[in-house]
Amino acid sequence: MSEHASTTVPDTDEQHTTDTATSESGTEIESENERTSERQSVVTTGAESVVAALRNVGVEDLFGVQGGAIMPVYDALYSTGSDLNHVTMAHEQGAAHAADAYGQVTGTPGVCMATSGPGATNLATGIADADMDSDPVIALTGQVPTNLVGNDAFQETDTVGVTRPITKANYFAGDSDTVGDVVGEAFMLAREGRPGPTLVDLPKDVTLGDTDTDPDTASLPEYHEITEEPDEKAVREAARVLADAEKPLILSGGGVIKGDASEALRRFAREYQIPVVTTMPGIGSFPEDHELSMEWAGMHGTGYANMAISHCDCLFAIGTRFDDRLTGGIETFAPDAEVIHADIDPAEISKNVHAEYPLIGDAARVIEQMHTEMACTPDANEWREQCVTWKEEYPMTYATPDDEPLKPQFVVEAMDEITPDDAIVTTGVGQHQMWAAQYWSFTEPNTWISSHGLGTMGYGLPAALGAKVAAPDREVVCFDGDGSFLMTVEELSVAVRENLDITVIVLNNEAIGMVRQWQDAFFGQRRMASEYPWIPDFAKLAEAFGAKGFTLRDYDDTADTLQAARAYDGPSVVDAYVDPAENVYPMVSSGGNNAQFALSEDQL
Amino acid sequence: MSQGLSGPRPEAREMPDGQRSKHGIRIDPQTGARHEPERTVISALVKHEPGVLSKVSGLVSRRQFNIESLTVGPTTNPESARITLVIEEPDPGVRQVKRQLKKLMPVISVRELGDDAIRRELVVLKVHGDEPDKVHAITQMYDGLTLDAGPRTITVEITGDEQKINDAIDAFQQFGIRELARTGQTALARGEEWTTHAEEERYERACTEPSSNDTEPNTDTK
Ligand SMILES: Cc1ncc(C[n+]2csc(CCOP(=O)(O)OP(=O)(O)O)c2C)c(N)n1
Repeated sequence: MSEHASTTVPDTDEQHTTDTATSESGTEIESENERTSERQSVVTTGAESVVAALRNVGVEDLFGVQGGAIMPVYDALYSTGSDLNHVTMAHEQGAAHAADAYGQVTGTPGVCMATSGPGATNLATGIADADMDSDPVIALTGQVPTNLVGNDAFQETDTVGVTRPITKANYFAGDSDTVGDVVGEAFMLAREGRPGPTLVDLPKDVTLGDTDTDPDTASLPEYHEITEEPDEKAVREAARVLADAEKPLILSGGGVIKGDASEALRRFAREYQIPVVTTMPGIGSFPEDHELSMEWAGMHGTGYANMAISHCDCLFAIGTRFDDRLTGGIETFAPDAEVIHADIDPAEISKNVHAEYPLIGDAARVIEQMHTEMACTPDANEWREQCVTWKEEYPMTYATPDDEPLKPQFVVEAMDEITPDDAIVTTGVGQHQMWAAQYWSFTEPNTWISSHGLGTMGYGLPAALGAKVAAPDREVVCFDGDGSFLMTVEELSVAVRENLDITVIVLNNEAIGMVRQWQDAFFGQRRMASEYPWIPDFAKLAEAFGAKGFTLRDYDDTADTLQAARAYDGPSVVDAYVDPAENVYPMVSSGGNNAQFALSEDQL
Repeated sequence: MSQGLSGPRPEAREMPDGQRSKHGIRIDPQTGARHEPERTVISALVKHEPGVLSKVSGLVSRRQFNIESLTVGPTTNPESARITLVIEEPDPGVRQVKRQLKKLMPVISVRELGDDAIRRELVVLKVHGDEPDKVHAITQMYDGLTLDAGPRTITVEITGDEQKINDAIDAFQQFGIRELARTGQTALARGEEWTTHAEEERYERACTEPSSNDTEPNTDTK
């Protein structure tokens, strides 16, 4: 084994060019072939082949937890050199969320690893989360040896079966000679078209097994259809409808960010003066401080965004799956609008909202084509004025009494003020997530990393770690709820060990606030299991982990405390005691009419 | 207590007058929009590998499509199998089934078959053997086959379209059916029409490849 330790994996592309270059002369081909067959394979085991495949596709960082069935792969990581950076996480769920955020920030799949059985099942939440949000992630799981599979062996779970509905593709690797190729294929699939998580289950005998077959250049399965180009005629027609509209509106979804189409979108909206609302995952695709921005729509979106959606006559929706948290009741969603829906995934077209003008293809391409096909700027002065009026009618505000209790919105705004525009914000799930989305002014894509589709409490801290590993030079802030923070707080140990300079701000309302808000509104204030009077002292908890802890209670201390937390070189946690009575508004009740958002409890 | 935000109350706001159906389709107030479920046959060519059927059935159950029947079997190409789905869905549902199926990794090609598709199913049923002659007569009437005839039971096989199978079962009822086993429908497009695009493409590729020396196009190409 050790003789291979220093061997580097040849770039397969390069090898390829050498072959073609020599093909002019027959003798040269022969000698080249001879050399190739003499050349020793760089891998000796299935596990080494897995690692070689990861390096072939340019993986630099991995997140995972060790265990019996995955040990051969870790051993191969150890023996084939230290250029792959493995971050040992405290919990596999943390590994999956970290890989997910890493994938979003870098645009190439994040990799997480776990052992069989409990390791794999612990990954499942993070995989499901990535699946719902179309984030590129590769999960590598150990499995019991193939001769024990199906026998309820120690730490055996049918991982492929468990993850079938929550992965874009998953594989049971059955052969040491091909396992590397399977990993390469999984990697390609995770990022092609609509991104998503893929999983390769690695039985121990397969990773331990001998092989001298180096993994090939990573490629997609042969029968896999590559994303279609947008149809020119369809684009022309859609552009005509949009140009003719009196109340045009763009709905920019997460697909715009994933498809690197924010720039194209900005140019398009500015040139044709079309107001833009985003979905929650689409936050950052259009600058929220721009006059055309209506910010985000949906259950807790701005009043003006929801008014605009409800009243527009042409909705150009890009890269969104029309989640029910966005649409409210379908019957009342954009009821007057003709819908132009651009999406890379044909299955999203007319799944929830019927699209009169479907445009299948890459978001950036579609927007560019629309740009060229637009005959004129829509005649929509009145509409734009109406949008401004709505902004004035329904401003996003909150009351700030002079003393305690601190308003959570204020903390979000105070932090936004002192951080750079490209700072990355991650969150848990709950009220704090909504306040962060509402009161932070996002201007850049890939700065808002949150759990949207699955709504996973505990996402924020591990996601912050993954984001920081992906972008060490950018500031990373995690807004967490006390409930969410407690779900993955153990990852603080990792942040300390890796000295990841992140700032966690716990908006501590001593409750799982979002649940309590719903109980107050819809369950006659019966606060069953939603109040947490036994919450630990988070500042001390942070210190126990070796991080820096702060406690914040007053308006006057806010700026200084947040600044000190930022300035601390390493992970810091601000335990911000916020008004436990504060609730998230506006709010469209679940399945309700977007135009009837409530501005306070008595309007629900 | 929370103060809430400012602005006109919900009832004071101007509301749009349009509406959508539960399928998300804009409703023209004059005509309304309703989509009645219809029976549709969908054929999917899939990679012949373990787990395909569970992927497809998982998709069906997770997305709550109304499936009448689902059958699967190998094709002439050992690498692929054909799944035939009979679904009862309104138009938007049918399109969703096709698109979602297509997204599954081992699915190669999906097509909806027309009303004229050739569809068959098979029933094997076992009746009491008290009146063998009458049982035989009914079996013949339905072009069936007697598979087993003993002193106490007679087992027959009937193939045909769904209606014929239903009729046959009704007719055998008089003898007392002890047990029956029925397959789902399996189908091919009629005449020269191809059942799936992939097979059509493969056929054409095989025809244009000069190496093929057998009369039948080589369907084993990857
Ligand atoms: C893993 C998980 N369990 C349960 C829920 C249901 N849930 C949604 S929001 C919420 C409350 C979150 O509380 P906290 O993290 O303290 O945030 P807050 O709402 O107080 O800001 C709960 C329990 C969830 N989203 N995720």
